[in-house]
Amino acid sequence: MMKVRMVADLSRLPAHGMQSASPTWWGTLAFMLIEGTGFALTIGVYLYLWSLAPTWPIAAPAPDLGPGTVLTLILLASVIPNYFVSKWAGAEDLRKVQIGIVVMAIIGILPLIVRAFEFSALNIWWDSNAYGSVLWLMLGLHTTHLITDLVDTLVLTAIMFTRHARNSRRFGDVQDNALYWNFVVITWLPLYVCIYWIPRL
Amino acid sequence: MNRGTRVAFGLLPALACTGCVGWQSVLDPHGSPALGLDLLMKFIMIVCAVVWVLVVAMLFVALARRTPRAEPLMLGRRTQDRMRIAVAGSVAASVVVISVFTLASYAATRMLSVVSDDELMIRVRGFQWWWDVTYLAATPKESFRTANEIHIPINRTVRIQLEAADVIHSFWVPSLAGKQDLIPGRNNDVRFSAARAGTYRGQCAEFCGLQHARMAMIVVAHEPDSFEAWRQSQLKSATEPVKTEEQAGRELFVAKACSACHTVRGTAAAGATGPDLTHVGSRRTIAAGVFETTRGSLAAWIADPQTIKPGNNMPMVPLTADELHAVSAYMAGLK
Amino acid sequence: MSGDRIAPDTRDDQLESRALERQLAKVWGTPSGFWGALATVDHKIIGRRYIVTAFVFLLMGGVLALLMRIQLAQPEGRLLGPDLYNQVFTMHGANMMFLFAVPVMEAMAIYLVPLMVGTRNIAFPRLNAFSYWIFLAGGILLWVSFALNMGPDVGWFAYVPLSGPQYGSGKRADIWAQMITFTELSALAVAVELVVTVLKQRAPGMTLNRIPLFVWAMLVMSFIVILAMPAIMVASSTLIMDRLVGTHFYNPAEGGDVLLWQHLFWFFGHPEVYIIFLPAVGMVSAIVPVFARRSIFGYLPLVLALIATGILAFGLWVHHMFVTGLPRLGESFFTASSMAIAIPAGVQIFCWLATLWDGNTSLRTPLLFVIAFIVTFVIGGLTGVMVASVPFDTQVHDTYFVVAHFHYVLIGGAVFPLMGAIYYWFPKITGRMMSERLGWWVAGLVFVGFNLTFFPMHVLGFQGMPRRVYTYQHDMPWAELNLFVSVSSVVLALGFLLFFIDAVRSARWGAPAGGNPWNASSLEWATNSPPPSFNFASIPVVRSADPLWEDPDVLMVAAGLRTDRRELIISTVTEAQPQARESSPRNSIWPLWAAIATTVMLVWSIFSPWAVVWGSIPIAIALIGWFWPKGDPEDE
Repeated sequence: MMKVRMVADLSRLPAHGMQSASPTWWGTLAFMLIEGTGFALTIGVYLYLWSLAPTWPIAAPAPDLGPGTVLTLILLASVIPNYFVSKWAGAEDLRKVQIGIVVMAIIGILPLIVRAFEFSALNIWWDSNAYGSVLWLMLGLHTTHLITDLVDTLVLTAIMFTRHARNSRRFGDVQDNALYWNFVVITWLPLYVCIYWIPRL
Repeated sequence: MNRGTRVAFGLLPALACTGCVGWQSVLDPHGSPALGLDLLMKFIMIVCAVVWVLVVAMLFVALARRTPRAEPLMLGRRTQDRMRIAVAGSVAASVVVISVFTLASYAATRMLSVVSDDELMIRVRGFQWWWDVTYLAATPKESFRTANEIHIPINRTVRIQLEAADVIHSFWVPSLAGKQDLIPGRNNDVRFSAARAGTYRGQCAEFCGLQHARMAMIVVAHEPDSFEAWRQSQLKSATEPVKTEEQAGRELFVAKACSACHTVRGTAAAGATGPDLTHVGSRRTIAAGVFETTRGSLAAWIADPQTIKPGNNMPMVPLTADELHAVSAYMAGLK
Repeated sequence: MSGDRIAPDTRDDQLESRALERQLAKVWGTPSGFWGALATVDHKIIGRRYIVTAFVFLLMGGVLALLMRIQLAQPEGRLLGPDLYNQVFTMHGANMMFLFAVPVMEAMAIYLVPLMVGTRNIAFPRLNAFSYWIFLAGGILLWVSFALNMGPDVGWFAYVPLSGPQYGSGKRADIWAQMITFTELSALAVAVELVVTVLKQRAPGMTLNRIPLFVWAMLVMSFIVILAMPAIMVASSTLIMDRLVGTHFYNPAEGGDVLLWQHLFWFFGHPEVYIIFLPAVGMVSAIVPVFARRSIFGYLPLVLALIATGILAFGLWVHHMFVTGLPRLGESFFTASSMAIAIPAGVQIFCWLATLWDGNTSLRTPLLFVIAFIVTFVIGGLTGVMVASVPFDTQVHDTYFVVAHFHYVLIGGAVFPLMGAIYYWFPKITGRMMSERLGWWVAGLVFVGFNLTFFPMHVLGFQGMPRRVYTYQHDMPWAELNLFVSVSSVVLALGFLLFFIDAVRSARWGAPAGGNPWNASSLEWATNSPPPSFNFASIPVVRSADPLWEDPDVLMVAAGLRTDRRELIISTVTEAQPQARESSPRNSIWPLWAAIATTVMLVWSIFSPWAVVWGSIPIAIALIGWFWPKGDPEDE
């Protein structure tokens, strides 16, 4: 190897960075970009098929507003406890984070229950026609995100009650998880508009 | 490697010339828009060839140049500025060339669109692996169906409505026009006009499955009188068979599976899933360009379509040797 | 695993150099043997594995090409019937695009980028390991299916309705679609790793304008992957759904659209070729300065050209659809954008020419391939400008002219730089030089063989020969040129064969290379050949874009990292100011388990939709095992 000359002493740097100094935070952002592009494309497919169809919806009434709107309200409301969990994790307050993440786990389950009703409220099956197919695609894609985020949250909840919890890494993980939950909420909003309001235009 | 380049240069004119003639050749146009396309293409290619020669020349000069100095080099400001101007100039020249090409293409698209009031309307439906051709007319009596061969009068705009019966195909007769796809669920069309009488070959230009390679079509351009004579003969029902063998052939045709898929106007055969065979004997080829139409090739095709064009949708209909003779005689007589 | 003879939290400046290297090797090393190989997260081992696997796929795809050329050497050839031929050309294209071209470029980056930015491992090392297994699984899926006569036969871009439920019989198209899922998952994972490595793990002082151009190319490429691959994921998933569960995305009779497939596919498909091309361009930018013996001319324009190419790449896709009957005015926009992308390519070529102009060229093998690249790629780029013109394209679309064009840009524009890059970086990867003499032969045979094989195809296209035809008839004038092409392809094949022979021989018996045999300027040449498991004994600090030319004798480094756990430096995005001593994960077998579980789920879902539900459970278990904290020093 080459001869070396020390020009910087980095020993005082922290052993783990938070937020933009954390690789997993950036990984979460990258994942959001990938999935966000996927959502945008499904919306693109919806709008494309809409532009071709003589009538819309195709051979079906517009989806019932009930379950979808309730779910939207639940998701929007969930942003508040989510914000606090993230803040407490930034302050590395273990007690508060433990409470908060249990709350978020429960909040993660609620939308899934409502979502089950939402599928039948669509008033069409995936194999009836292209309109039904794209509706189920959008709802299915978002539901997959709800499920995977819930599993993430449940596992993280379990971890936060073990000896591994007192670690800035774990608090960083909680923050990344909260960031991703915001993404799951935000991506729902344009989907909600497409599924429920475009047919009513 | 310089030798290789020289060999390539030597081959180039030779290779290029072989592309210049042929009944399915882009560079041997005989109609509009192909004639105009040919000019545009040659213009673009010549300019591009000049650009390539310049770039390669610059490359070899650059490689050959030696500048004595210490290594590695960090250039002084003055030489850097001259180089900046040279590079910027090259980029600017590229922008000019690209802009010219873009404008020329756009202008060509506008100028070459062939539209007229007196269009000959033909509908072509693409099937795996043949072309269903219907000549449209104001009255049903003047309209007729054929397959794989299209006849047109010269100097008249032909408008072909393109529909796909199964998968995507592409209609391409390079001597006359660029290609256009036949897409299920879409109505496309292609317009062209032949400038000279002649026979022009085309081929499906979108991969459509097992026998994409054997889905050719023929376009025959006639003087107007000759076209009218052809059209009149096509309007008639099938020729009445005179010889006994041919009559027997007709009976077999109607009785056996043939009539389930094929139509021969004037007989009971009215199947619509296969090519219309009313005047098959008058067509230059059968099976979408596979064989020249003769009694022998018809017999070979009927006897075993799956070996000749494996996977195509015509099943083998078991016939005895005598039956085969009769049917092929009848088919060959359907002029 | 921690140092048993040193105190915990010992920093690297507290050990003298040989003890430091021993300690780092203990912490960062991969145990020998089978289990070690399965559980390693060392980017160099995984990168090498990836490169070798991708080249094996190249070889297999090349054999398919030779089979096609034998079949087409004469009219009415009897070697391959239509069904087998259609599988062969589909396999050739899909294999080359998905199993060779993208993976090999990512593989080179996996190996080189961490070294070039001065860090110890790629970001998310376990994800890296996972992505290799997924890539391998996708490749095995495709080739085993082909061996079982279930190979996809619908072309590498699988247009509907041919690939749809009505006309795409059996499971062939599903296998194609699921292979896509494997390879895209793998590529996305690597893209994310590269983005985070390049943005956050650069050596202190490596500001944006000191990042090597190859690294810039990989950064832009990774963003293209992230934004383009979701499109083909949506496409392939909706195709599987149409075929498996009766959706109607592509069924015009029920409100679907045949062209929707083409839009989705090509929205991915066009950026895909720049995913392949930009890394190659980055390799050229790495090689030219070293063999011109001067720093690159036009660093900033070169970076901007990369970024412009990446952005423009998303605005071209309709040029694949010029004859589908879309409105002509809209198509003309795509003519303009498709021609415009030639400008950043031109900028790069002029900058390389300018570098060579005022340099003193050392005509070694890597530069030979760059020369071959320039001569060949410019032809491909110019025929690209030709097909970008709508009227021109209406004649040559779907003919052998296009086959010629894309082979000129893919082989000339990507494979030639790749071969030069292998000659260039082989000493770093293996510690041995490849043969300069054989290298000249390889370059000559491949250059001549390639041009003799593919140039005549432009003429065949003009003579009316369409693509994807398993044979042609005697009455067409194509026989002589096809025979010439087929014979020439043997020359090309010989060139590749010689290349493989040289690589295999040199790996065992090549002349030993030192740390910097080419006297190059970037950080990967500041460490041993091959590099130790920890890359650098101390993290480098840079003050210029050509650190080893600024100061050839001494490397500036930073001190203070722990030696009892895997540590590297996280730095800021633009200024590369150090922010944290982040830990880097140890070897782990969980990525392999997760990959196996994912493979089972994806293959099963070719046959049943319930696979998505039940197959997710083992995946979840594997992921929990992967991420559950282990309480090791890296967790602090």
